[in-house]
Amino acid sequence: MNQYHQYVRIKGNPATVKLADIPMLEYDLFFEQAIHILHNPDCRCVSYFAKPDNGALTCFIVLSDGAGDIIIYGYRCNERATLPSLTAKIPAMHIYEREIAENFGVTFEGHPWLKPVRYPYNRSYSDWMDSYPFYRIDGTELHEVGVGPIHAGVIEPGHFRFICNGEKVLHLEIQLGYQHRGVETLMADDSSLLKKTILSENIAGDSAVSHGLGFALVTEALSGVEVDERLAQERVIAQEMERVAVHIGDTAALCGDVAYQLGQVVCEALRTVMINTTQFWCGNRFGKGIIRPAGTRYPLTADVRDEIVKNLTKVKREYGQFTDRLFSLPSVLARFEGIGIVTTEQARGIGAVGMAARTSNLNRDTRKSNPYLAYRNLEHEPILMDSGDVMARAKLRADEVVQSIDRVLDMLDKLDYQATSATPNFGLAFAPDTLAISLVEGWRGEICHVAITNDEGAIDHYKVKDPSFHNWFALALAVRDQEISDFPICNKSFNLSYCGNDL
Amino acid sequence: MLDELKILRDHGIQYVKDLRGATLTPLFRGRPVVNLEVPQADVDALVSMCPSKAIGSSPLSIDLGKCVFCRECEFAFPTAIQFTNDFRIAANRREDLIVRAGEDKPIRLDESAIRPEIRKTLRNSLKLREVSAAGENSGEMELNAAGNVNFDMGRFGIEFVASPRHVDGVVITGPISANMAQALQVCFDATPDPKVVVLVGSDAISGGLFADSPALDRSFVEAHHIDLYVPGNPAHPLTFINGLMDMLGIEDR
Ligand code: SF4
Repeated sequence: MNQYHQYVRIKGNPATVKLADIPMLEYDLFFEQAIHILHNPDCRCVSYFAKPDNGALTCFIVLSDGAGDIIIYGYRCNERATLPSLTAKIPAMHIYEREIAENFGVTFEGHPWLKPVRYPYNRSYSDWMDSYPFYRIDGTELHEVGVGPIHAGVIEPGHFRFICNGEKVLHLEIQLGYQHRGVETLMADDSSLLKKTILSENIAGDSAVSHGLGFALVTEALSGVEVDERLAQERVIAQEMERVAVHIGDTAALCGDVAYQLGQVVCEALRTVMINTTQFWCGNRFGKGIIRPAGTRYPLTADVRDEIVKNLTKVKREYGQFTDRLFSLPSVLARFEGIGIVTTEQARGIGAVGMAARTSNLNRDTRKSNPYLAYRNLEHEPILMDSGDVMARAKLRADEVVQSIDRVLDMLDKLDYQATSATPNFGLAFAPDTLAISLVEGWRGEICHVAITNDEGAIDHYKVKDPSFHNWFALALAVRDQEISDFPICNKSFNLSYCGNDL
Repeated sequence: MLDELKILRDHGIQYVKDLRGATLTPLFRGRPVVNLEVPQADVDALVSMCPSKAIGSSPLSIDLGKCVFCRECEFAFPTAIQFTNDFRIAANRREDLIVRAGEDKPIRLDESAIRPEIRKTLRNSLKLREVSAAGENSGEMELNAAGNVNFDMGRFGIEFVASPRHVDGVVITGPISANMAQALQVCFDATPDPKVVVLVGSDAISGGLFADSPALDRSFVEAHHIDLYVPGNPAHPLTFINGLMDMLGIEDR
């Protein structure tokens, strides 16, 4: 056996593996093997975390091989151990190592940026938000600009620290953690499956369907539930409708930031049509309630279909008419084109996923690489852009709106409206001593949920990864060498999640 | 320009004319109705199933300040609890958010508990600073929507603005993380009197699903007078706007 093949390879999405089958290596070998695998540009880390047990840590790394398989292995160490850092060789690992360091006091030697991620209540060696060790450059020509935690608009909090030379941004550092609510702790307590389901919908409200789905898939995998075809399709329809609504809302925000007010109001109104359609289906504008373990409360009836078809047809026509106009306005193009560029190399280097990757011509889309539910039977071709700028991120949204609407309309056309799905089951029994993982392509990008059960089949460790966990760094890179006044539009073009990051 | 005019014409009039009398889809989860005759075994089952500990026994009741409107209690015991689509569920007294068995009546503000200076000073213009204190952003998006072309609360002079120095009140979403507690207090202190405090969403009102999380610091809520509670998960823009209209004494339009 190749010395670098000491892992377990699992197929499918979601997937489970017995804890006993996951090889635990010496750290040196863990390290060498991770570097060996991650040097392949098709492979990437989808999760890397530590599970504590009385001062000892069991660390798991979960890798995607880019061909649909998941690779898992790990190592054991003690809290406050000192280990060589992977980040020095694979920069995309920086955020995972920072998190383990923050929670458990592990020191990763050679890590260039071993800073707090979210200052959790179980912070191991950091004391308070105000002590965040910002990067500094001394020089009489330079000044710092600090923004937040409370921002000008009605949005979530975070702190941005710019180092500028006049108007030009040399460096931006993003301090998060203000939204830390202890989600992962609550997901692994002794609360009911119903409560955990609703918690998962509240990880990030704009991705309620996608995060809810990430959790539902994990629970179904842990209990061996096969979802019927009908439900597999309904969930994909709900997810694509979420994508359309947010993309249109983001188009409104981008228009607002370049003072194109007509564009802003037109897109706001179209987003309203989208989320009211979701409300018609399930009673909640964000789709809370649609995703439940092993079944549904809100079957997609012929009435719901008629409403969706009517509204999506209207949205497609009016949004298309509008974006044609938007992308031909010189005043808009001047503010979108060439602004906030992230190159393919940068995107790969930081481990960007989802939209932030695809707009930098990096083909990362879980719907294609690790298809789940109805995506297994759909020919999904990710939309790619190669300019990596605000324009790319605006256009990707416009194109994905059309792609998603067409997909939904097509799926609705083929649904069997006589078929019925199961009702939810909140009494599922989980396999003991098992690790389950699901990957879901939310509108921002890849969402990863991992659950580990104990010998009684209760979840005793839970790990959530929102795409923002990787992609916040893309925003920091995008604004380098830009005017500071371009920051808002760069920020909106990514629209990253604070709550999803802070957890 | 002609293209813009064409877009304007094609997209038509968008605003909701009657914000008081609008009707939401039947499935919208608004004010629940709780039945009087529910067997004790079912009451116990309801109390223990509710994910946010919103259901109380003797008499059977739902605390809308805790409820996350998942509707699972109704699915489990449809004869005991039914959710109506009545979105006017804001109140200014915390105890008025509790819906008890057998009480099927609208939730309205208690006029006598509204501070007189609110109507005297703020009735025609209310500027607000929103603080998201670990809110997961659907609540924030609904507050933004309250000002958009559809709901247009600006017609009453109600608006969110950036600086706490310019505002008449603070609107809070989220369960209030320990990491946001200080920023929230700083924002509040920077706001001139008379100022209102509005809690929006179950998370803000009670901690909601996160009530037991060790990552919260809710001392702000305990220490300050709250002028308006707006339940929801998230609160619907119509719930928010109607609550403010009630507080300010704006009849209709
Ligand atoms: S709808 Fe409200 S009262 Fe009913 S179970 Fe859900 S949280 Fe509890």
